Amino acid sequence: MSHTTRKLDFTHGRIDMTHGSGGRAMAQLVDELFAPAFRNDYLEQGNDQAILPPPGGRLAMATDSHVISPLFFPGGDIGSLAVHGTVNDLAMGGATPLYLSAGFILEEGLPLAELQRIVHSMAAAARDAGVRIVTGDTKVVERGHGDGVYINTTGIGVVADGVQLCGSQAKPGDAILVSGSLGEHGMAVMSQRENLGFASPIVSDSAALHTLAAALMAASPGLRLMRDPTRGGLATTLNEIARQSGVGMQLQEDAIPLQPAVRAACEFLGLDPLYVANEGKLVAICPAHEADAALAALRAHPLGRHAANIGQVVADAHHFVRVRTPFGGERLLDWLAGEMLPRIC
Amino acid sequence: MKYVDEFRRGDVARGLAARIAEAVQPGRRYRLMEFCGGHTHAIARYGLTGLLPAAVKLIHGPGCPVCVLPIGRIDSAIELALQHGAIVCTYGDCLRVPASNKLSLYKARALGGDVRMVYSTADALQIARDNPARQVVFFAIGFETTTPPTALALKAARAEGLANFSVFCNHVLTPPAMQHLLAAGDAVQLDGFIGPSHVSTVIGSAPYQAVADAYAKPVVIAGFEPLDVLQSVLMLIARINRSEAGVATQFTRAVTPDGNATARAVVAETLVLRPTFEWRGLGQVPQSALAIHPDYADFDAERRFALPYRHVPDHRACECAAILRGQKQPQDCKVFGIVCTPDNPLGSCMVSSEGACAAHYHYGRFAAPQEQPA
Repeated sequence: MSHTTRKLDFTHGRIDMTHGSGGRAMAQLVDELFAPAFRNDYLEQGNDQAILPPPGGRLAMATDSHVISPLFFPGGDIGSLAVHGTVNDLAMGGATPLYLSAGFILEEGLPLAELQRIVHSMAAAARDAGVRIVTGDTKVVERGHGDGVYINTTGIGVVADGVQLCGSQAKPGDAILVSGSLGEHGMAVMSQRENLGFASPIVSDSAALHTLAAALMAASPGLRLMRDPTRGGLATTLNEIARQSGVGMQLQEDAIPLQPAVRAACEFLGLDPLYVANEGKLVAICPAHEADAALAALRAHPLGRHAANIGQVVADAHHFVRVRTPFGGERLLDWLAGEMLPRIC
Repeated sequence: MKYVDEFRRGDVARGLAARIAEAVQPGRRYRLMEFCGGHTHAIARYGLTGLLPAAVKLIHGPGCPVCVLPIGRIDSAIELALQHGAIVCTYGDCLRVPASNKLSLYKARALGGDVRMVYSTADALQIARDNPARQVVFFAIGFETTTPPTALALKAARAEGLANFSVFCNHVLTPPAMQHLLAAGDAVQLDGFIGPSHVSTVIGSAPYQAVADAYAKPVVIAGFEPLDVLQSVLMLIARINRSEAGVATQFTRAVTPDGNATARAVVAETLVLRPTFEWRGLGQVPQSALAIHPDYADFDAERRFALPYRHVPDHRACECAAILRGQKQPQDCKVFGIVCTPDNPLGSCMVSSEGACAAHYHYGRFAAPQEQPA
């Protein structure tokens, strides 16, 4: 763009209101940061929209806004999360993700070094997932009106003929699978909150799940549905499916994979790991006779090594999700009420 | 998890359940009140009721700290945030407790109140240090378990001269509440108590002796793990069979007769007994709560902000009072699970997962077939 302006100072510089004003400063931010990081043919069209070729199949579309504090956490940051979140929403419908848009809301005062780190991480996550960021937008809000960065991503994917996954298709007798141990993202983020600051080896599981999903679909032709148990965790996802399909669920608590560090951190804070967010796990429901093949396919993939069959779909007019505890009793795994809050004593 | 999983072993539980079934004498009933919300939570979470014979009835007691906090006290905390512009710091459970005018501390936050969840009083002190131009109030609630941290915060604030910090003290005491329950003629007949766990690590087992003797009831101090509760039930049944009153301790790995002397000393130095205090569900209970010691009056939010106390009656349909007294069960309440749910709690027992209603709603309501589908 302009050859008279000095280059952006990615060491000491900060976002100011001019970076969102539509003027030269904004163009410079695009030219020096976003465009080179996300580089692809569609973005380089340089127009207000990306014009994309016909994808050859049904389209899947999903959007997700990412607000997270802190911006950086063990295992990822808001940039990689913004890619994985939307890619996974597409993948759970059986789609191959193709394109993303990226909308940034930046807070005045955000260090450019942090923004650069986030954008580079986002670009790397998109590259690894094989999706292209083809259009974007930047706005700046006054200091105190944002949390550093908010990122919205919208994704478009294509669904192959014959793939028909839907949350209403769970049937009594079906098997319930999870692709790995639960609660790692939520606890990794919580361990970084300043007023907790407990040291832990827990790393977010943030990852793009579409290749894992594809492997699962290939192994289980009768697959009913997939969901990624993000906010609200496994408990919320299963309750959503139970309601949507008009069924109940019966889980075996000791079959649900949990890392000891996650269990311990949850125990310590008075939280239930089954309500804690995941960003790189999927829940799948398949016919019982396909469960072994599906599980083997998940376990053969690097993101599904700890996959497990955790229970089955049952007929239940109340749509309850019940858990048989290793203790011998049974409990209800209910919807999360309000925000997850720790207990006092 | 070492030292946790050992206390959650199903095979040991089944063995204990069999011994409990053997110990129960024909024609006899065992009405045991678990005092603490932590016990209520463990009973619901692990489905312990299903492991006990029909003759053993567990009755939820008033030991859920947010459940017994009267509405007027929450109203005062909201007033601190909204009218006085103070930063109000409190434990997470407090945030959703319904107060007057359909408010809660959470909703006060949406109205512009600066309400912050903290994990410890040390966080509240730090917030005060970081915001020297603002008043920072720690909304202190809880039984004896949470009093030593409050006491230490008062000491630290005075030592540092942290003039913008104060404590709104609502700490309550367990032995007077037990005494009150047994003295009330209308209370349900109790055969024994599953006694407080964490509370007793602080105050010890000795303070329950007077109540146990006066009312000739056995009290077994029990840990919060499911095997702790089952073992305590077995101990209580043996005592009831022998008509043996008095205090025994199951939770020996953490409780001694005298408790934690250091913690008790720091509490005695900074906090004093109130002549009387209102408990939600129990009404006024004499000598059952703590106020800030006159030596620390400068850090007493009630004085600093001249907070008036106003009694607010419970919602008419809410049975929290009877449930906290052990007279009714959650499913006896007409609004349970219909108008009053964890998402929109009418009464305090529905707020904390330690509350009898919330515990039953979250973990046990599938056992009650008369309810509406979710």
